[in-house]
Parts: sequence; C-alpha cells; structure tokens
Amino acid sequence: MAATVITITSGKGGVGKTTTTANLAVALAAGGQKVVCIDADIGLRNLDVVLGLENRIVYDIVDIVEGRCRLRQAMIRDKRLAELYLIPAAQTRDKSSVSPSDMVRVCDDLREEFDWIMIDSPAGIERGFRNAIAPADIVLVVTNPEVSAVRDADRIIGLIEAEEKGPAQLILNRVNPEMVRRGDMLAPEDVLELLAINLIGIIPEDEAVMVATNRGQPVALDGKSRAGKAFQNIARRLKGEEVAMDELEEKPDLLHRLSRVFRSGG
Amino acid sequence: MSWIERLTVGKEASAVRAKERLKLVLIHDRTDLSPETIESIKNDLLEVISRYVEIDAGEIKIRMNQEGREQRLVADIPLKSSARRRVR
Repeated sequence: MAATVITITSGKGGVGKTTTTANLAVALAAGGQKVVCIDADIGLRNLDVVLGLENRIVYDIVDIVEGRCRLRQAMIRDKRLAELYLIPAAQTRDKSSVSPSDMVRVCDDLREEFDWIMIDSPAGIERGFRNAIAPADIVLVVTNPEVSAVRDADRIIGLIEAEEKGPAQLILNRVNPEMVRRGDMLAPEDVLELLAINLIGIIPEDEAVMVATNRGQPVALDGKSRAGKAFQNIARRLKGEEVAMDELEEKPDLLHRLSRVFRSGG
Repeated sequence: MSWIERLTVGKEASAVRAKERLKLVLIHDRTDLSPETIESIKNDLLEVISRYVEIDAGEIKIRMNQEGREQRLVADIPLKSSARRRVR
C-alpha cells in the first residue's frame, strides 16, 4: 500500500477547510479505504471537534516530531469507522514547532499503512501552509463564491504552483443555487473562469453541515443531505471514478415546489 | 460611470459586478503591475518604436490577457500605412 497525500488548503480562513477534510476522510473511510487525517493547524486545532474525537486526545503531532511518543500512540482511532484515524495538532504550541521536512517524514512513515493521508492546512500563506503542502501529492483548494475567498484562492493557487505542487484542484463550498439563479452569487463557471483550474466538486450550502458539526458527526457519515452527497461524490472522484457534477441541480421536494408555485402566482 | 456600470450597479446582478471587479484585482495580484505601470510601459514602448517607424500614438492598445493561469501583456501597435507616408 502506498498512500496518496492530500492537502486541503484555502488561503482565507472560514471557508470550510476543516469541514471538507473531515468529510472527505469520513467518505473515503466509509468506502473501505484506510485513512489518516493530520491536523496541521497547530495552536488552533479543530479537526478533532469536527470529527467528534476531541475527548480522546493524549498525544499530538508535536509530540511525535519531538519524540515524546511513537507515531501509533498519537493516532486516535475513530469508533464509527474502523479504518479512520486522526493525528491531532498541538493546541499550546505554534506553527514553528513543526517544519516542512518533519511533515514529509511523518507522512513517509504513514504511507505504507494507509490509502489516504489527509492534511488539514491552516489559513494563511506562512509556515503553517508550507508545512501542510510539503508532503502533498494532491492539493485541494477550498473556496466560497465570494470576492474575498476567490481572491485568496487565486493567491494560494499561485503559491502552490510556485512550490511545484500544482495543478491544484478546486472545491467550491457553500454554493446557494437560488442566489446563483438570481444573479447574486458568482456561478461555478464564473469562479472557474477566474481561477482557471480544475473543479473536483461543488458543495451546496446546507444547514445539515452545521447540525452535523454540532454533534461531531460529519455530514458525509450518512449521505442523505445534499452536502453529504456532494462530499461523497468528491471522495469517489478522488478514487478515480467518473461522477457527474450535478450538485446544483436540486430536486425540490413537493412542499418546496408548491410554495414556489404560490409565490410566483401571488 | 460607464454604460455597463449604469446597467448593473444597484441592479440585481451583483454577481456580474463581483466577476468584473475580481478580474481586475486578480490581474494586479498576479502580475504586480498597476495601471500606472502599464501606462509607463506603453509610453516607453512608443518612444522606442517611433525611433524606427512612424506609428499612430492614439491607436496603440496595451492590455493584459489571461490564458489559463498565464498573464500575457499584449501590445497592438498599428504602423502608419506606407501609402499615407510622405515621401521625403
């Protein structure tokens, strides 16, 4: 087995990197793949809470790098999915406690045992970002259809190319189909034209994501919600399957359709 | 305010504005060239080229083109036609 290392990054904070990392990891592991996630956001860790594993942390990535524990000891095994593990970030240290070559070494030690290593990058373009992309085979850039997020995505895509880690692939998160239809939100085609990179998936804006995160149960665990399905589709595309990009073609339920008929009639 | 701005500002299609604004911002971010710098390049080019051939300064177009993730500086410099050129 030789793992593929995927780094999820964005430039701007708050666009959904951690949510994306957690959900892609869950979707891959649910499909029988062996997955380990690494939280590279040292000092501001969150992948643990999004995955619902925050109460089981003993050691972290800095403990591994500084030799206070063995690699295995810092790996938290998920109870829902037997093949999913998390290596948490340290919370009381900063980004400089790990170097890009440390990250490459940790990933090399993990490669034999896993199918996928998912690295959750911190926001920004400094040390934390460099740590996160150093071992990457594939870089996924998450953005939202808003001017600040798209601008920062463009910057980060340029830096990924400069580090010879490109071409990056794009995940467009929190797309509101209704606003796109009204012309009040950049459409996926617009964002792709501006950034000129390949799209690997669109995640529709979905309240189910918040509800799932509140519970520490990533939305991709049960693929009933629209966002959950969209994450599962990206996971399938990562595995090389051809999956049509139909995330935005919503199929409104009866109630929704009725209310639309009434609104247009009134 | 241009006609296109008049058509879009304050109207519903705010995404159109977002795209136009982003286009300009990204050109600047990617190349680190301000509109003033491009103007200076234009003036310098004009000076050098007119040392050798007669050109129409008003017709010169210099713009930034995007091809994939590559930015291209395109200069369109029409030469004055030889028919119109005065014989000295």
